[in-house]
Amino acid sequence: MNAPLSPGQSLPPDPPVRPEFEHALPPLSPRAAERPLPWTQRIWQQDWLRRGLILVVLAFAWEVTARVQDNDLLFPTFLQTGKALLEGLAGGELLLRAGISIGVLLQGYAAGILAAFVLTTLAVSTRIGRDLLSTLTAMFNPLPAIALLPLALLWFGLGRGSLIFVLIHSVLWPLALNTYAGFQGVPETLRMAGRNYGLRGLRYVLQILVPAALPSILAGLKVGWAFAWRTLIAAELVFGASSGKGGLGWYIFQNRNELYTDRVFAGLALVIIIGLLVETLGFQTLERVTVRRWGLQR
Amino acid sequence: MATVTHLNHSSGTGPLLQVDGVSLEYRTPQHVVRATHQVSFDVHEADRFVLLGASGCGKSTLLKAIAGFIAPVEGEIRLDGRAIDAPGPDRIVVFQEFDQLPPWKTVLDNVAFPLLASRTLGRAEAVERAKHYIDKVGLTPFASAFPHTLSGGMKQRVAIARALAMQPRVLLMDEPFAALDALTRRKMQEELLALWDEVRFTLLFVTHSIEEALVVGNRIGLLSPHPGRLRAEINSHHFDLLSQGSAEFQQTTQRIHGLLFDDVAYSAPAQAAHAGLRHRQQTGSQRLSA
Repeated sequence: MNAPLSPGQSLPPDPPVRPEFEHALPPLSPRAAERPLPWTQRIWQQDWLRRGLILVVLAFAWEVTARVQDNDLLFPTFLQTGKALLEGLAGGELLLRAGISIGVLLQGYAAGILAAFVLTTLAVSTRIGRDLLSTLTAMFNPLPAIALLPLALLWFGLGRGSLIFVLIHSVLWPLALNTYAGFQGVPETLRMAGRNYGLRGLRYVLQILVPAALPSILAGLKVGWAFAWRTLIAAELVFGASSGKGGLGWYIFQNRNELYTDRVFAGLALVIIIGLLVETLGFQTLERVTVRRWGLQR
Repeated sequence: MATVTHLNHSSGTGPLLQVDGVSLEYRTPQHVVRATHQVSFDVHEADRFVLLGASGCGKSTLLKAIAGFIAPVEGEIRLDGRAIDAPGPDRIVVFQEFDQLPPWKTVLDNVAFPLLASRTLGRAEAVERAKHYIDKVGLTPFASAFPHTLSGGMKQRVAIARALAMQPRVLLMDEPFAALDALTRRKMQEELLALWDEVRFTLLFVTHSIEEALVVGNRIGLLSPHPGRLRAEINSHHFDLLSQGSAEFQQTTQRIHGLLFDDVAYSAPAQAAHAGLRHRQQTGSQRLSA
């Protein structure tokens, strides 16, 4: 709004009246509207290049630090660890251990996803289901999965059953929370559109809510995966010994007892490598073909 | 109250959609708010019936009730003589918001979606019909594009194609062009009328623009606000986009303006929410008396 002019102030003069004109616009060459970026910028946009560079820098820092420390028993160098890792992989032992861990992990992860889906579907369809979900997650989400391990051992004995129990616990709550938050964030218009076409019940959840909430669900799956992986390794460190066939956690524990520190590092490195592979090959691929492609996520 | 002329006798068949004494309410944590009060009107086959009113007159709520999302507390809505009790694919809604298109479906999948979801057609026939209607709205080059790559006007075209592909008994449009820029809106109105000329669907169109109502509709129901009551029904079949500047068009615009805003003076207690309306009502009546 304009402030009223005080009496003494004079008004600005009228703007001059200028002649009109029209330009005929000749067509431009296509290059004027759109041109490629320089190749250096295009290469720098590749994710793998930037991330690979970070890894190289980290490995180099590790190697230098370890050589300065000069204590193989406490802190083996990058190259020593790499050698132990390759030997372990070539000998087949590490692969076997990793295979056992991943097998258990996938079972627990799948069961956790299924349970989370049932719980959140109940939560979106009934009010009591919603209360059930919020109460259960409030109770159990803060509880570390590993704290349940003694109880699990009592119930299911040493071995697979106990591991899967704690894995479900570590996947279920974060995934259910994220999925439910995602469902709640689905735009009202989209919900009405789905119901408009006669979708109800499970078809409505699967065809409208799940794809629309996929960014949150994927975030929950990632968090669940990380929780499950760390719970599993920790649990194997505790009791992998008695279950007959130990996984990666047991491999780390065993080699620490025998002071093969380079193998301990190799085991840890493999945990990290598997995590990176699942993140880049699994989740990032999944994101690229879904939420990024659909413009739900940048 | 102006007399309401029913055209049942002249058209031979009865009305397609009957809104009969419908009152709608919604709850806030403190109050039960009445959105519409005993609203009645009929929509006939191939009508372009427009519900026109200021914001807060319950026109969108009424449209949602016809779509089956809200149950009336009083009265009944009948489609082909049967009462409406749930959402269904015989009444497809085109919303104002652009997020009505599932972003994970391409244009083609979006248009085929209701056909498949409602199990109206098999996959092959659904795709066939979807292609036909995508062509009608001129989006064939974009059939495999995802919605986030489209402009607002294109998204609304997809929503219209999707609705038409379903061949609903009545097409419900809730301010479908309100979020578009003025130039695109005009073009969309033109295209909608051209599509109607070709397909002759039955349209129920909600808007708050008098000009849009006159151009798009053949009959206009005027709703007064707080709560929404039917003020008048007006014929507008003789107006199109070209008649916008004509004297008759201007006259009808002013008549509607008067009808819409006269009510406020009588029904409104001193409420802050009405201050803006009252101001406009005053300027409106000044213009009318001039």
